[in-house]
This record gives sequence, structure tokens and C-alpha cells, in this order.
Amino acid sequence: MLPIVKMENIVKRFPLVCANDHINFEIKKGEIHCLLGENGAGKTTLMNILYGLYGCDEGKIFIRGEEVCFRGPSDAIKKGIGMVHQHFMLIPVFTITENLILGAEPTKGISLDIKKAEEEITALSQKYRLNIDPQAYVMDISVGMQQRAEILKLLYRGADIMIFDEPTSILTPQKVKELYKIMNFLKESGQTIIFITHKLKEVMDISDRVTILRDGKVVDTVETSTTNPSKLAKMMVGREVLFQVEKPKKKIGKTVLEVENIFAKNQRGLSALRGLNLKVSEGEIVGIAGIDGNGQKELTEALTGLRKVDNGKIIINGKDLTNRETREFFTVGRIAYIPEDRLLRGLILDFPLYENFILGLQDNKPFAKGVFLDFIKAKEFSQELLHKFDIRDSNIEALANTLSGGNQQKVVVARELQRAPKLIIASQPTRGLDVGATEFVHQQIIKQSNEGKAILLISLELSEIINLSDRIIVIYEGKFRGEFNAQSANEAEIGLMMAGGGVSLNENGKK
Amino acid sequence: MEMLEKVFNIAIFASTLRIATPILLASLGGVMSERSGVINIGLEGMMLMGAFGAAVGSYFYGPWTGILIGIAIGGLMGLIHAFMSVTVKANQIISATAINIFAVGFPNIMVPIIWPGYHAITPVVPVIKDIRLPLIADLPVIGTIIGNQNPIVYIALILVPIINYFLFRTPLGLRIRSVGEHPKAADTLGINVVKMRYIAVISSGFLAGLGGAFLSIAYQSQFSRAMTQGRGFIGLAAMIFGRWKPVGAFIACLLFGFADALQASAQSAGVPIPPELLLAAPYVLTLIALVGLIGKRAVGPAANGKPYEKG
Amino acid sequence: MKMEKSNLEQIIFENKGAFSFIKAFTAIIFALILGAIILLLMGNNPIEAYSALVQGAFGSKRCFAETILSTTPLMLGGLAFALAYRCGLFNIGVEGQIAMGGMAAAFLGYSITGLPPIIHLPIVLIGAALMGAVWGIGPGFLKARYGIHEVISTIMLNYVAFKITGYMVSVKGPMKALADEMPASPRILNSAKIIRIWTGTRLHWGILIALVLTVVVYYILFKTRLGYKIRAVGKNRFAAETVGISVPRHYVITMMLSGLLGGLAGGVEICGVHYRLLAAFSPGYGFDSIAVALLGMLHPFGIIFSAFLFGILRSGAILMQAMAGVSKDMVQVISAIIIFIMGMSEPLGKFFTERLMRNKDGNVRKSI
Repeated sequence: MLPIVKMENIVKRFPLVCANDHINFEIKKGEIHCLLGENGAGKTTLMNILYGLYGCDEGKIFIRGEEVCFRGPSDAIKKGIGMVHQHFMLIPVFTITENLILGAEPTKGISLDIKKAEEEITALSQKYRLNIDPQAYVMDISVGMQQRAEILKLLYRGADIMIFDEPTSILTPQKVKELYKIMNFLKESGQTIIFITHKLKEVMDISDRVTILRDGKVVDTVETSTTNPSKLAKMMVGREVLFQVEKPKKKIGKTVLEVENIFAKNQRGLSALRGLNLKVSEGEIVGIAGIDGNGQKELTEALTGLRKVDNGKIIINGKDLTNRETREFFTVGRIAYIPEDRLLRGLILDFPLYENFILGLQDNKPFAKGVFLDFIKAKEFSQELLHKFDIRDSNIEALANTLSGGNQQKVVVARELQRAPKLIIASQPTRGLDVGATEFVHQQIIKQSNEGKAILLISLELSEIINLSDRIIVIYEGKFRGEFNAQSANEAEIGLMMAGGGVSLNENGKK
Repeated sequence: MEMLEKVFNIAIFASTLRIATPILLASLGGVMSERSGVINIGLEGMMLMGAFGAAVGSYFYGPWTGILIGIAIGGLMGLIHAFMSVTVKANQIISATAINIFAVGFPNIMVPIIWPGYHAITPVVPVIKDIRLPLIADLPVIGTIIGNQNPIVYIALILVPIINYFLFRTPLGLRIRSVGEHPKAADTLGINVVKMRYIAVISSGFLAGLGGAFLSIAYQSQFSRAMTQGRGFIGLAAMIFGRWKPVGAFIACLLFGFADALQASAQSAGVPIPPELLLAAPYVLTLIALVGLIGKRAVGPAANGKPYEKG
Repeated sequence: MKMEKSNLEQIIFENKGAFSFIKAFTAIIFALILGAIILLLMGNNPIEAYSALVQGAFGSKRCFAETILSTTPLMLGGLAFALAYRCGLFNIGVEGQIAMGGMAAAFLGYSITGLPPIIHLPIVLIGAALMGAVWGIGPGFLKARYGIHEVISTIMLNYVAFKITGYMVSVKGPMKALADEMPASPRILNSAKIIRIWTGTRLHWGILIALVLTVVVYYILFKTRLGYKIRAVGKNRFAAETVGISVPRHYVITMMLSGLLGGLAGGVEICGVHYRLLAAFSPGYGFDSIAVALLGMLHPFGIIFSAFLFGILRSGAILMQAMAGVSKDMVQVISAIIIFIMGMSEPLGKFFTERLMRNKDGNVRKSI
């Protein structure tokens, strides 16, 4: 039987990297096909080509046996292809209806026929059992409804080949199961689904077949029923992967971070932190698990002076730093902060490395000499760190934007750890990093903990939290919901908490 | 007391409309441009070039052709800004500043060539005369305010609901707004971000050009160097004040226009404040409006000012 | 399979070394060519016009002196704009800061009596600078506290400055010199003048002040902690605030320093050239500063050269108007073209390096 999608010999190059290197890829009609690979393997690029967002440098694409040449997403949409992106392509200040009809607007004369649109959308949502409120503004609805809206967007345009790019990164384990149900129903209704992921479990749970990409090349395409996670992992990474990190026994010292009953609002003035209590001690790694958007961002901002708390106290190193300036958190609190967005907040891309290594350290000795900055010392310092943290293929004069993601993160980590902090706040420290860089960061975190630093780890990857933390606390809707020890950590139970289920803490923080 | 009466009379409201018109046109231009995500600080320059073009056109071909030429030149400047901002992806403020500086200098080098012997100011050109709306002008209070104005004033007033309808009720308007909020999302649906932004920015040029044309061949009867005197920027402030909505911008422009009309009325009534200081009033008012009445978060379209990079 | 960016890209992207010189030079050539085309279209003879320009700038002792005379405020104004830009701020208000600085200088120059020059002149100049700082710090504060875009606020303050200074020397204005017919203030005392150093010309030693300040600004930007922080805020204010650098505070400080330089420019003009406040004593130096700063690659040493270029344009334009009949405003047009070209240079540069980086077979080269 003819494959519904055939991508032949696809090559796509970017200035720094060849993202797709002679890829051959086929999809059968009506199957759920996973595209598996780690960050940077080329999965999203390939699908962006299929969806017409990129052109390919070489190669051919056949849809239902017919060769096509897409000049843009509209061509792909006409051929029945739709894509739900990893980061939602919804306009917050528009309604769901406005978002769904964009580019395919029903009209009455010269104006938009919103009523007709709403009717059509409601009918569709009932047919596919995707409940949404057409008149709601996207910024007001839940993540789940946003995802359903994205799916409806494709169906509204008559898509029957649906591409999902990492759709579960923002979902709780329960919501993921709901998504699987939706996908199976879509499959039964005749849809063909391509599912991009880097999570082995998802591949095993939902797919019929899986294609593994590594470094821009196809490793293999297999029937899911004939494989297992460790085989897949080996193909994905190219070597045996250690799923567990070695954690020797540690001595827990005195309390370094004490958070007492803090309340804070988010960017839009809504309540984001609702009475959090937390203690982190020397030698301890405390992991905060949770779905994105439950207060983690506001928590890290409060703990670094970037956000005001309305109530409560933050005591670091014995000093009350509630609502103090960021600078004091560093100087008095002796914190180090690895921000979740290294490109935006961790580095200055247009500065050379020797100026990035001293970012935040410029007022300290030995770099500060009166009003002047001792650039000689800065360069020596940078050279040392470059060596110590094994940042290769670069030199201290290079601009930060010339480095790979992994090396960029190394610069941030190196700089922050050199502060000799008492408390390290690491927010999604391995986001977007390949396995090698991730291992490196994890090793550093463990090392610092063994040396007696207190570490607060915030991550959206549950496996990372479970791997590294001594204690795990779940955050949900601005409150801490449950606390687990490393030994008793159970992914299902934690996941349930992350979704708002399970037993919650009483005032003493006990189950 | 008598002086107060002299200052505050019905005529003030009529002048308000007249004074507000060029600011309003600039402001509507700002709304169009920024709703698509392109900051347009160059409205001042576009207006100025429009004023010049209209004066030249009117001198040789009559006032109505002058208007068309003014609008066209404004659109041309808009095209340049669109090219710089959207295609070249240069810094939008730099590009706009270049347009503003160009607009101050260029007319002046042309004036002596077109009209030998003249330098910073053109000779008087044919103007668009005010008209009288038959039934409306006879109404008691409203008649004085709105019954006897320049056609361009009426055009500007009508443009407010038209542009409002366009932006919020038509497919093209929806697409333009989407491009200003989340260009990537629009792109993934096959909307041509570049085309939308070009349309919006060139339109803003047309509007600014019309505003400038009004200045040189209706409000006054000749072109003089840098005659826009900051109206383009005040229009931008009105746009922010009106939260990027045509109706809001209109109200803001009325306020600014009123302040200016008040100042002129005070001058002629002999209020003992030096004229030069009174003339500073609109600018001071703009500053105050930006600070006090907006509050801390006047947020425009989310993607405003950021060039769109594919991939 | 990731690669680090090559050296070639690095050189082209960043304004490093000789390549930035080439960029600026190319911009000037292009602008002059475009200017010539415009002149041709207008029916002028570009060669005649340009040679009049050059003659006006260098032709005689007096002309050359005028060139340097114009260079001085342009250098200071260029430094003002560049410093603000380095912090991510657009100080379009240099013209107004010049005006206010000049006003303060004139006032302090004619109203304080009985001081020796060595005290009077510094007081006058410092007063002018402080006045400019006040005019600059307002927009800085508005941006820091309320997020109000400094372009609008500085432009508004420009107009206010023009109205205020115009008022001061208007017929009934408080600073009007009663004896004179023209709108001007009384003359400043000799003790406040920057004396002339070249007989037969108007050249005063203010150029030294500008050069000294160029070095000062260079040191501040590239050798001090403050300059590092200013540049950090300018390049990435999010990263800066994340590591504890206060963005609002640096906005205010930078706008204050920028205004200071603008006010000083005004003061130097009054004390060196005009000796009194005139209604519109600056022929647009503040707006030229923008082009000067961009052309000088926002680097103090580059600004020395670009300011000199614009000094040539300014002083040469007078003769160009007299002899070739081309309006002085040609300078504005060339200024605008230069700003356009400089504005395009980085994005175009990116576009071309991406092309250059590919071999014939499409593979990406690591370095040349």
C-alpha cells in the first residue's frame, strides 16, 4: 500500500549544522508514528519541512503518492497536513474562534462571520469530543483547552495528517492519558498522526511504529511492538545510557534557605504563590516538581529578588532578604542562580566570553579596582574556567553566540559555581541540552551538593528531579502539595500530585 | 471673568477639531503600523514629506491633486520604512529617525529649484477650502462645531470608525493584528507576515501623508520647513494613550487639540502668559499624559518592534 | 553535529578592528554617491557642488577653522547619543539639551561678575552640562519608572526647550538684551569666554574639551565597572537584571550622562562661538549627532572621525549654498542616508556572511 507521506533523501542545512542529512521517512495511512530523537536530532526541522515552514535544500516529498513542493504552510494545509507545535501558536488576546479561523476566515460580505465560525467550531468540537468554549480568550483558558483548541485548528482546515511536536511537555501524566485517548479517537476517525518526542515511554505507550533520528540521520524505523525502551535509547544516543545517577550518602548540615509563608502575584497580577514554606539545608538537593505555570517561575524570581512577595519571609544564610534587591541576594545571600533561559537571562550573546564569565562579578574583587574593571584578571579567570570546565573549540575572545547550547550552559554554570555560593538555585538547568551536556550539568550539581552546598532544583523533567533530588516537593497552583524522599519517590504518585490529585499536606507539611 | 468667557467659547471646539485632525491622522497611522508589529516613529517625517508633496502638487495641478500627491508621497516613505523594518530587519527606530531627518532636509533643497528665489518656505499655493454642511451647520451648538469644517477634517472623522471596523471586523484586519501579536502563529497558518506588515506600514504612510497634506494646503496655505512641529510624535502619544484603538486615539487627539486650541484662544484673549510658553503647552501636556494618565502598563501589540525571523 | 561560529563571522558581526572602518568608509562613499545622484536629478552639478563643499571646508584658514569649530559640538553630541545607545536608549533629545545648556551657559556667563576666568569658565561649562543633565535625566527617569519610551519624551522636551529658549530671548523675555534688536541675550563676560587661538579665525580651544571628553567617555565605557554595566544593560537587560545589575538605575545614570554631554556641547558653543544666547544657535547639531554616533560605530574614537566628517559637511555646506546654489539642508539629506546605510549594515552583513559561509557543494565551512 502506498505510504500517505513519503520523504525522500531530505537534506536541510543551517549555518552551523546539517539538521537533516539525507533522511528517508515514510508514514502509512491511519497509523500513529513516533519520531524519536534527543534535542537537536533534527525531528522538528524535518516536520517543519513537511509542514511547509522550511524549504529543504535537497530531496522530495510525496503526499498520497503525488510529489509536492510546498512554498509555505498554506500549501501543506491544502494537502491536508496540520501541525500542533510544541509551543502553542495561539494568540493570547484573541478568542479561540478568532485563533481557529485565522487565515481561513468565513465572511459575510467584507466582514468576518463570527457567528458562522462559532457554529462550525462547536459542531466540530462535539464531533471529535474536544470540548472548548469558542468565545473564551486564549489567555484565560487552561493548557488542556489550549491544546484541544490547537487540535481543532487543524480539524477546522480539514487536516487528516496531523503532526504533534512534543505535545506532552506541558501536561501532567493524567492529562497525557487524556491526550492518548483523543489521539486514538482521531486515529479511529481516519487521521494519520506523527508524534515527535524524546520520551521513550510515550513511544511505547502510543505508537504503532517509530523512527529514530540521531544527529540528523535516520537510525532505523521499527514496529513498536518489536522493541523496548533500552533498545530505543541505545539507538537514540548511540551508546548505553545510564538511567540512574550515582548518589553517595551525604551529610546534611544547617539550614541555608528558609522560605516562610510567601505570597506573590504573577505578571498579570493574579495570585501565583499562595503560602509556600520551604527549607533547604547544606548538602541537600531539594527538587521542585510541577507542571509549567504552577508558580515555579514566580518562586525563582522571588528567591532572586526579581519579584516582590506580598507576604512572608525569605531568609538566606541567616539573613532576611525578603524583597531586597537582586544584588543583595548574591552578595549577602551568597546564592548562585542558573536561570532557565540561558540565552535570555544567563548570557549576553554579543559579549565575548571573558565579559560573560564576570557577569555579576564585576563589582567584586579581584575584578573591581576602584571604579575600574581589571580586564586582565577577567581574562585570566575566564581562561581558567574554560579549561576547568572543558569548554572546547573556543577561546575567551569569542562571542557567546558562537557557542553551542551545551557550551553556553557550561559558561553559565561555571560562572555561577565560581561564586562559591552557599545556595544554588538551578532552574531547568538541562533544558535543550544533549545527553553529554546534561550528564555534565548533573555531575556538577551532585559534586556541589557533596561539597556541602544547598541546592534548589526546579525542573519540568520529572526524571531529572527524581534522579538528582534528596527530597522532592510538588508545586501545584502556587502551593506545595506533597513531599517525597528520594527512596520513596514514585513517579505515578508524584505525577498525580502535580495534577492536583492525591493527598495534600497539612500545615506541618506532612502527609 | 470676562477674559474667561473670551477664552472659553464655542469656537474653541471648532478649532479643536481642526487642530486635532493632523494629529489624528498621524495617530491612526500609528495604530495601523503598530498593530502589525512595526513601530513607526517616522510618522513625523512621513507627514512632512506629505505636506511638501501636497504643496508642490497643489501649486502645479490644483489642491485635490495636491492631496493625492501628498498621500502618495506619504505612502512612499511608508514603503521605505517597511522595507527597512521588515525586509532588511534594521532597527525600526533608526530607520524612522533617518526618515525624519531626511524629511527636514529634502524639501528644502527642492524648494529653490522648483521656485527659484525661495528657500525655507514656498509661495502660497491653492488650498482646499472649508465647506459648509447644509443642514448640520444650522443646528444650535453642534452646527458651529462641526458644520463648517474642511473636507479633510470630515474625512479624518469618518476614518476613525472605518479603520476601527477594518481592524476588528474584517479578515484582513484580523490577519494584520495577528501578525502584530504573534507573527509565528500567523506564519504557521500560512499568513504572509511580510505582506501584512507592508500593507499596514504603507497605509500608515498614506494616513500620515494625508495629515501632512492637510497642514500645507488646508490648515495653512503653504509649506514651510519642518512645519509639522512634532505633530507626528504627539500622534504617537495619542495612540499609546488610546491603547492602540482608533476610538481611544481619537479621544486623545481631541484632548491634545483642545489644549492647543485653548492656548491659542488664551493668547488672543490677551491672557498674560507669554505666547512662547503657551506654545509649549501641547508638548508638556503630551508628557503629562504619557506619565500620569496611562499608568504603568500601556502594552501594545505583543510583537511590536521585533523583526520577524523565520525559523 | 554542532560547530562553533567561525572567526570570519565574528569579525563581520562585531565591530572589531579594521573591518568597522571599512564599513563606515563604505557608508560615506555610498552616501556621497547617492547625494550626487540626487544633485544630478535636481539639475545641479555634483562635482561643482562637492568641490564647493571641500573648498568651504578646507579652502582657507577661516574655512578650516570653521570646520573644526563645527566638529566640536558634533563630537560632544555624538558621544552623548552613543553613550545612551550603548545602554539601549535613544536620546533624540540632544538638540534640546544643547539648547538648554547654551541657555544656562549664557546666563551664568553674563550674570556672574568679578570672577577670574579660571573659575568663571569652568562654572559656566559645568552649569551648562548640569542643565543638560537635568534635561536628560527626566526621560531617563520616565523610562526607568514608567517604561515610557524615551524617543517620545526626549522629542517633546526638545520642543519645550526650543520654546523656553525662544521665550528667554524674545522681545519681552527675561534674558533679552535690551540694547539689541535681535533676539539675543546680553553678551557673556570675557572671563567666561573660551578664547580664540587662531588669529583671523573664530577657532577656539573648545576642541580640546571635546577631545578630552572623548577619552573620558572611552575610559568610562570600556575600562570601568559602570561602563561594563551600561553596556551589559544595553546588550541584554534581562541578563543584566538577573545577575543583580539594576536596569532602571542605569537608565537614569546613562541619560543623565548623555544629557550632560549635550548640555556641555551647548555651553561650548555659547562660550566659544556666539558669546550670548541666540534663539536657535544650533543649526541642528543635535540631530547630526545621531548620524555622527552611528557612523562612528558608537565608539568614542570612531566618533572623532565621523564628527570631523560632519564638520566638513557643515562648514562646507555654507559655501556649497553660496557657490553652487545647493541648499545647506543637503547636509541633512546626506545625514539621513548615512543613518539608513548604517542601520542596514548589520542585517545586510548577516545576510552576506551566511552566503559566504557556504562552499559550492553547500557544506558549511568552519573558517576561512
